[in-house]
Amino acid sequence: MNWVGRAIERFEDPALLRGEGRFTADVAIGARVVRFLRSPVAAGRITRLAPPPEMPAGALFVTAADMPEVGAIRPMLHRFSYRAVEQPVLPRDRVHFVGQPVAAIVAASAELAEDLVELATLEIADETAVADFDDALAPGAPTVHAVAPGNVVVEGFVRQEGVDAALAGAHHVETFAFRSRRQNATPLEGRGGCAGYDRATGRVRLTASTQMPHMLRTGIAELLGMPEADLQVVAPDVGGGFGQKMSLFPEYAVLVWLARRHRRDFAWIEDRNENLIASAHSRDQRHVVRAAFDAAGRILALEADILANVGAFSCYPTTCAVEPLMAFAEYPGPYKVPLYGARARGVLTHTCPMAPYRGVSRPVITFGMERLMDRAAAALGLDAAEIRRRNLVDNFPYRTATGMTLDDATYVEAMEEAVRLADIPAFRARQAAARAEGRLLGLGLSVFNERTGYGTPAFAARSMGIVPGYEVVDIAMTPQGEVEARIGASPHGQGTRTTLAQVIADRLGLAPDQVRIVHGDTDRTPYGWGTFASRNAVISGGACQAAADKLAERLKRAAAVVLQTTAEQVMLRDGHAVGPHDASIAISALAQQVHQRSDLFGEYNLAESASYDPPGTFSNACHLAVVEVDAETGGVAILRYLVVEDAGRILNPMIADGQVRGGIAQGIANALYEEIVHAPDGNILTGTLADYIPPTSAEIPAIEIHHLETISEATATGAKGLGEGGSIGAPAAVANAISDALAHLGVDIAEIPATPPRIRALIRAAEAKARA
Amino acid sequence: MAAMKPAAFDYHAPATLAGALDLLRGEEARVLAGGQSLVPTMAFRMARPGILVDINRIPALAYAEKRDGALAIGALARHAWFETPRAGGPLGRLLAAVVRHVAHAPIRTRGTFCGSLAHADAASEWCATVLALGGRMRCASATGTREVAAEEWFQGVFTTALQPGEMLTEVRLPLLGPDWRYGFAEFSRRAGDFALAMAVAVLRVEGGVVRQARIALGGIGGTPVLAKEAALALIGAAPTDAVIATAAETAAACCDPQEDIHAPAEYRRDLVRAMTRRALRQALAA
Repeated sequence: MNWVGRAIERFEDPALLRGEGRFTADVAIGARVVRFLRSPVAAGRITRLAPPPEMPAGALFVTAADMPEVGAIRPMLHRFSYRAVEQPVLPRDRVHFVGQPVAAIVAASAELAEDLVELATLEIADETAVADFDDALAPGAPTVHAVAPGNVVVEGFVRQEGVDAALAGAHHVETFAFRSRRQNATPLEGRGGCAGYDRATGRVRLTASTQMPHMLRTGIAELLGMPEADLQVVAPDVGGGFGQKMSLFPEYAVLVWLARRHRRDFAWIEDRNENLIASAHSRDQRHVVRAAFDAAGRILALEADILANVGAFSCYPTTCAVEPLMAFAEYPGPYKVPLYGARARGVLTHTCPMAPYRGVSRPVITFGMERLMDRAAAALGLDAAEIRRRNLVDNFPYRTATGMTLDDATYVEAMEEAVRLADIPAFRARQAAARAEGRLLGLGLSVFNERTGYGTPAFAARSMGIVPGYEVVDIAMTPQGEVEARIGASPHGQGTRTTLAQVIADRLGLAPDQVRIVHGDTDRTPYGWGTFASRNAVISGGACQAAADKLAERLKRAAAVVLQTTAEQVMLRDGHAVGPHDASIAISALAQQVHQRSDLFGEYNLAESASYDPPGTFSNACHLAVVEVDAETGGVAILRYLVVEDAGRILNPMIADGQVRGGIAQGIANALYEEIVHAPDGNILTGTLADYIPPTSAEIPAIEIHHLETISEATATGAKGLGEGGSIGAPAAVANAISDALAHLGVDIAEIPATPPRIRALIRAAEAKARA
Repeated sequence: MAAMKPAAFDYHAPATLAGALDLLRGEEARVLAGGQSLVPTMAFRMARPGILVDINRIPALAYAEKRDGALAIGALARHAWFETPRAGGPLGRLLAAVVRHVAHAPIRTRGTFCGSLAHADAASEWCATVLALGGRMRCASATGTREVAAEEWFQGVFTTALQPGEMLTEVRLPLLGPDWRYGFAEFSRRAGDFALAMAVAVLRVEGGVVRQARIALGGIGGTPVLAKEAALALIGAAPTDAVIATAAETAAACCDPQEDIHAPAEYRRDLVRAMTRRALRQALAA
């Protein structure tokens, strides 16, 4: 029986549904409470920093002056254009964004710690802040860091020969300038950590809400100058990460420092305000994208000018280049683009640092390409599907203008299926009838590919100082015959304990519930990179499969001894090792014998290890949204949302669909709702969930999901990653649908989120123009 | 680790109204009813009551019933009570229509009608509704009681005519006869959010002509306001689409909407026009 491909229920869920999950805040009970005194201004010099006049017994006030031995966070990118910005754990003299931690305050309770934060003294001589890239790039703008004069921290430039000629001689040139506003990933559980000190060993156990326990351990040990072996990092249940929890944050270093210095347990559990202002932001970008088309609507050349506001510091380990340079490298997406030119700049500002968020730059470039395609279609008199049909890559492998190889996929097929399911001619009739009644309906397409499951070759190409990518799995069978697989990746809601158990079970002839996936503990798992970049099913899955195959060989050799045959003659199925003539032994009995009668076998345990480091594979999808726009309020209702997704072999369809749905919800948030807003002085105006507004279940429509399964030849399991696709495709689909609904008014969406006031302002301007 | 982080306060849960009023004489005393606005603002330390007077153990305050020709709503009447009409005729139906827009179901089971009036959020559906209906607020203190009309109640952002030491013990709403019509419309970003603009219209129509009209707007400034000019545009007229459009345009032209990160003033004016028109259409639909 094959377990892969079946929608078995998640092993993770019963505890979570009963409220018996164990999150960092559950572990933190009893620890001293840490709160951070944070900068109220975006830029300035600290002139006075002092503890409250009266400190209760046991209270602590910790500043940079207390930790002179602690280093700065300094992620590296080995590119000529990269300026290596340093982020102090706690600043000595200057603050660089509102919310930056300046001092740690420790008390016996959260209320008391909050009191002390209010009573501490922090005086800052304000300096002129730059919050937006236009301000940061203006001549004479304040310099955020001296190491990056002009505030450009990283730059990429490419212009293939022939781009200029193609643009000059094209039948049609379509230009699209747009703005993507800043977002926060907003996991249900914020960041948090509890550093426990073991007086017997001198080791610190940091329980943290993180996606990358091994990297966090390496980063903190380096910062504190401590032996890495004296630090254990545990990621317990993690309530969502979405990329926000894959960076090294100063707060964690402070917790470990406190535990070592004071030989006690210290915990910090972020509140929602801290998460919104001081964790990590993303997607604050502006692009101008331009394409040359021939008379048949085929792209001849593409050029893009990419600006990304990366905030005040560079995130570790991915660096602040992750947004601008991903947009730079992947702009053409699933389209045949023969010639390409681009310039990408990461701009420093006095704002919360940027870090990866589900999809990283791909929601933004997909928005750019898909809106550009619709606009070009209108200009060339083609319909939206037809212009895509003429440009989508349909012959694989395809080498892109930026040097990537697109493996077998279904760009055209996925779109055709979505268009067929939506019955566009029938929709156009409904749209016309509705418009006659004054109702505005629109339909939008979004076609994209998603680079997933990539190992060290892809990361090395980014020139990161630290090159993530591989995963190692240690697998062992207990004497009772259960399998333990220890993975370096660290799930935070993906159902990995279930899907990887399915992969392993199939290779060993066991049931998934006989397989335990051990993760999220640096003491118990091999060094690995974590769970991000749509990599876990592909890379941990491939390593699990390889490790299980090696274990299967061990079991077959042992079974051959018992069954008096050769290993080649043994099959593992239904919990048994089966030899010729149906002679068999239960795998559990075999495991017991190998451990307890090793004298008979010459095998001393049932443990294996395997690694996996694939080149990467591209999944793809077509999203299709139908919306109704209320012209009087600018409000948008999503009437239908359908997805045709190809993520290769689907390990567990229920979990795959959950990933798609969750991603689309965040993509719809990106399209219509969520926006971090700053005042010009860098103060942040969206510090609560009353002002930063993630949509709820009431705003997210039912989502129809259809799968195509192009089994990947680039991955061991045939699976492709799909964690980010939902968030990548949705903004463009929704924006194209709104633009379609308002096309007769000449309204076109070029800024997300497309909020009701923005849509209303576009309609008002269009009406005024029509009157004039 | 405790999740609550308010500043220190004293807590009392008296069993009688007299006991509560006595405690309210204390410095910085605040009434805790449903706590759906007060407790979060305390957690953010935007509210720092020195004394919290929990009235939930005073059963005599839990009523919403007809008294002396009005609907009398006691201080412990929860929002959710109004989901089924608490008064006959149009009034009960109006409140039942409005309550569906008050926050979310869990909040409605705890939060109170009088609490909304005392908190006086400019985007509170109940505040705009009470203003449209011309309700009266009964305020009690250790030294006596007084009544305040809705027009005098709302004084500014989160500020009412309630004096230190006083408690809003009851709101009285006039019953509406069968020839009264009502409409309610609001626009909010998410279901249950505070609205960016709302309109409540209450009209008496006799012989096909509007005889009385009150329109209250909420969510557009520091307090709910009456759209008096818009109401005047309706009185004496047969409510045609053109008359409704004129009234809506008048409401938009005469209001003074505020600007914040969610809505420029011009946008709020657009919403006032749209919501007024929708509320009036609803009220005047056959």
